[in-house]
Amino acid sequence: MNRRAVRAIEKVAIPSGALALSLVIFGVFVALAGADPFEVYYEMFRGGFGTWFSFQNTLQRSAPLMLTALCAVIPAHLGLIVIGGEGALLLGGLAAVIAGRAMGDSSPMVASGAVVLAGALAGGGWIAFSGALRAFRGVNETISSLLLNYIAIALFNHWVEGALRDPTSLNKPSTRPIGDAAAIGNLPGMDVHWGLAFGLVACVLAYFLIMRSVHGFAARMIGGNARAAALSGIDVTRLTVALCFAAGAAAGIAGAIEVGAVHHTANATLIAGYGYTGVLVAFLARQHPLAVIPISLLLGGINASGGLLQRTFHLPDATVKVLQGILFIVILASETVYGRFDLRRPRKVASPVPAATDAEADHPVKGAA
Amino acid sequence: MISRASAPGTVARLLALAGLLASALTLSACDKKGSEAATAAPSAAGSTEPAAAKDKPFVVGFVYVGPKDDYGYNQAHAEGAAALAKLPGIKIREEENVPETDAVQKTMESMVSLDGTSLLFPTSFGYFDPHILKMADKFGKVQFFHCGGLYQDGKHPKNAGSYFGYIDEAQYVAGVVAGLTSKKSKLGFIAAKPIPQVLRNINSFTLGARSVNPKATTTVVFTGDWSLPVKEAEAANSLVDQGVDVLTMHVDSPKVIVETAEKRGIYVSGYHANQSVLAPKGYLTGAEWNWAKVYTDYVKMVREGQTPPHLLRGGFKEGFIKLSPYGAAVSAETKTKADDAKAKLTDGTLVIYKGPLKDNGGKVVIAEGSSKPETDIELEKMNYLVEGVVGKLP
Repeated sequence: MNRRAVRAIEKVAIPSGALALSLVIFGVFVALAGADPFEVYYEMFRGGFGTWFSFQNTLQRSAPLMLTALCAVIPAHLGLIVIGGEGALLLGGLAAVIAGRAMGDSSPMVASGAVVLAGALAGGGWIAFSGALRAFRGVNETISSLLLNYIAIALFNHWVEGALRDPTSLNKPSTRPIGDAAAIGNLPGMDVHWGLAFGLVACVLAYFLIMRSVHGFAARMIGGNARAAALSGIDVTRLTVALCFAAGAAAGIAGAIEVGAVHHTANATLIAGYGYTGVLVAFLARQHPLAVIPISLLLGGINASGGLLQRTFHLPDATVKVLQGILFIVILASETVYGRFDLRRPRKVASPVPAATDAEADHPVKGAA
Repeated sequence: MISRASAPGTVARLLALAGLLASALTLSACDKKGSEAATAAPSAAGSTEPAAAKDKPFVVGFVYVGPKDDYGYNQAHAEGAAALAKLPGIKIREEENVPETDAVQKTMESMVSLDGTSLLFPTSFGYFDPHILKMADKFGKVQFFHCGGLYQDGKHPKNAGSYFGYIDEAQYVAGVVAGLTSKKSKLGFIAAKPIPQVLRNINSFTLGARSVNPKATTTVVFTGDWSLPVKEAEAANSLVDQGVDVLTMHVDSPKVIVETAEKRGIYVSGYHANQSVLAPKGYLTGAEWNWAKVYTDYVKMVREGQTPPHLLRGGFKEGFIKLSPYGAAVSAETKTKADDAKAKLTDGTLVIYKGPLKDNGGKVVIAEGSSKPETDIELEKMNYLVEGVVGKLP
C-alpha cells in the first residue's frame, strides 16, 4: 500500500475512530447517570437523523455553524487563530436590519440580497480590522478578536436599545422589523431556511479559495513561514486583511440570515453563542473547509437530539455539553496519532530513513494550524 | 510588517487554546451535572416506558430558557410543572436551556410531533414573536400559552394565548418588610434591563418601603442583561459597600445576589422563587410566582373542553403570586403590617399607583386624584423611577 493511500485512510479512519471512542466514553457517563446507553444512542439517532423532521432540525441548526466556523477556518491557514465570529455575526445582523429597512419596497431578490450583502460587509469589516491590527501593528489576533466580541456586543446593545429601538418593543428591546420583501424564506420543499445553502456554498468556496487557488497557496505559505512568504514576494499584509475580511463576511452572513430568515428584527436573542460554537467546529474540522460541513452536521445533530434526551430520559441539558466536551478532547488527542500507523512497518526496518522523513513532511496539520 | 511565531509555536498556542476551551466546556458541564444528577436519577428509571400507554395521557410540554433549577425564573415555572405532574393522567415533557432562536421552534415541533403534546407552555418572553406565532399557525389543534402577556386579539392565532402576574404587588409587600426591617433605611435593587416590567417592580418595592418608612431610599443598579452572575455579585458587593442593608432584585436567577447578601451579613428579599435556603439568616421574604395554580387551571379548562381566555392576568387575589414565608429576622409587628398590606391589595382597597406621584426628578407622573389600578394598561408602559429611587434610566 502506498503512502498516499495510508494517509487517505488515516484521514477517514482516525476521526471515525475518535467519534466511536467518544460515544463509548459518553455511554459510560450516561450509564453512571442512570440511563441505558443503548437506548440513549438510539434516541440520539432518532432525534438527530432518524426522521425527516429530525434531519431537517439538524440541518437548520448546522447552517449558522458552517458560516461561523469559516470565520476561524480561513484565518487558520494564515496561521491566525481568530475567535471573533460572535462579534462579526452580531454586527452582520445589525447591518442586515438597517439594509433590510432601507430597501423597503424593492423587489424581494434585491432586498434580501442587500440584507445578506450588508451582513457580509459588516462582519467582514469587523474581522478585517482584527486582521489589520495584526498585519500593521503586530497585535495578537486571538486577543483582539476576542475583545472585539465584547465591543460588538456593547455596540449591538447600544444601537438596539437606543437609536434603532422600536418604541413598541417594550419589554424586549428590538429594532423595527425588516419588510416582507427583505425576508429570507425556506429552501424549496423543505422546512430549512436558505442559510443552509449559504453555509454549504461558503464551505465549498472557501475550499477552492484556500486549497485550490494561488491566493490560498500564498496564504498557506504565510501560515508556514510569514517571513519566507514575504521574501518570496507575497504581499503578506494585503492577503492577511483580505482573508480576514472573507472570514468575517461568512460570520456576518450568518447574522444576516438569522435576521432575514428567523427573527426579522435584531435583538439580544442574536447573542446565542453561534460564533463560539463555530470555533469549536473549526478545531474539530481540523481547519479544513470541507470538513466543516460534516462536523457542523454532527454538532447540529447532537444539539437537535439533546431535547429528546432531556424529555425521554430526564437527563439534564448539560448531557449534550458533556458529549461535546468528550468529542473535543478525543478528536484533538487523536491528532497525535497521525502518521504513526505505518502499514509498511516490516519493510521500514530495511530502509528506516525515508519512512521517517516522509511522515514528517506529510503531516497534514502543521501547515493548517 | 508581520512578525509571527514560528509554526511549532503556533501549534503550541492552538493546543493550549484548545485545552482551555475543552476544560472549560467539561467543567461547566460537570458542574451542572453534579447538581442535577441528584434530582434526575430517581425519576430516570421509571421514565423510559414507551409512548404507547394504556389510556392516552394528556401530555403537557414546558420549555425553559435556562436551567430549571436556577433558583429563579425557570425554577418558578418548573415548580408549576411539577405540580401538574402530580395530577392523574397528566404527563409532563420538559426541555431546559432552549435559546430564543429557531431552536425553540424545533423544540416545540418536536414536542408536538414526537411526544404528542397537545398543550404547550413555552415560558420565556422572547419565545413569543416569531416562534410561538409560527408554531401556533402550523399546529392549529395544539394550544400554546406564553408567559408575558403579549397576546392581541385578532392579530394573533386563536390557539395561542398569554398569561402574566402582577408580581409588583408582592414586591410592594416585600418593600413594606424591607422598609421596616432596614436599620439604615437604605435599600438596594439589582435589575437586569430598564424595561417597564422591571421598573414597575423597582417602583412598587420602593413605594411599599416608603409607605411605612418615608426615609427609605432604593439604590438601583442595572446590569444590562438577564443572567450576568459576575456583574450581579459585583453590584451586590458595591451596594453593600455603599451602606445598603436590604437587597432585592429582578434578574433571571437571584442565586448569586442572595448568596452575596448573606455572606456580607445583610438582609435580602427574594424574587421569582423561594431562595430562603441560600440565606437562612438574612432572607426576609420574596416575591414569588405561583404558576402551579395557573397551570392547573389551564389544564383543567382544556381537559374539560373549554377554551381558556387568551389573556390571563392576576395578582394576589387570583392566586398568581405569593410571598415567601417570612424569615427569622422579620419582627411580629412587621409581619402584621405586611399581612395587612397584602390583604388590602387582595381586596383591592389599596392601589399602589395613585396620585400625587412624582418621579425621582421631581416631575409629576400621576396627578393628584388620579389612580391607576394594577390592570391599567398605562402601567405596562412605565418609563420612570419614582421618588425615593436613587439611580437614573440609561
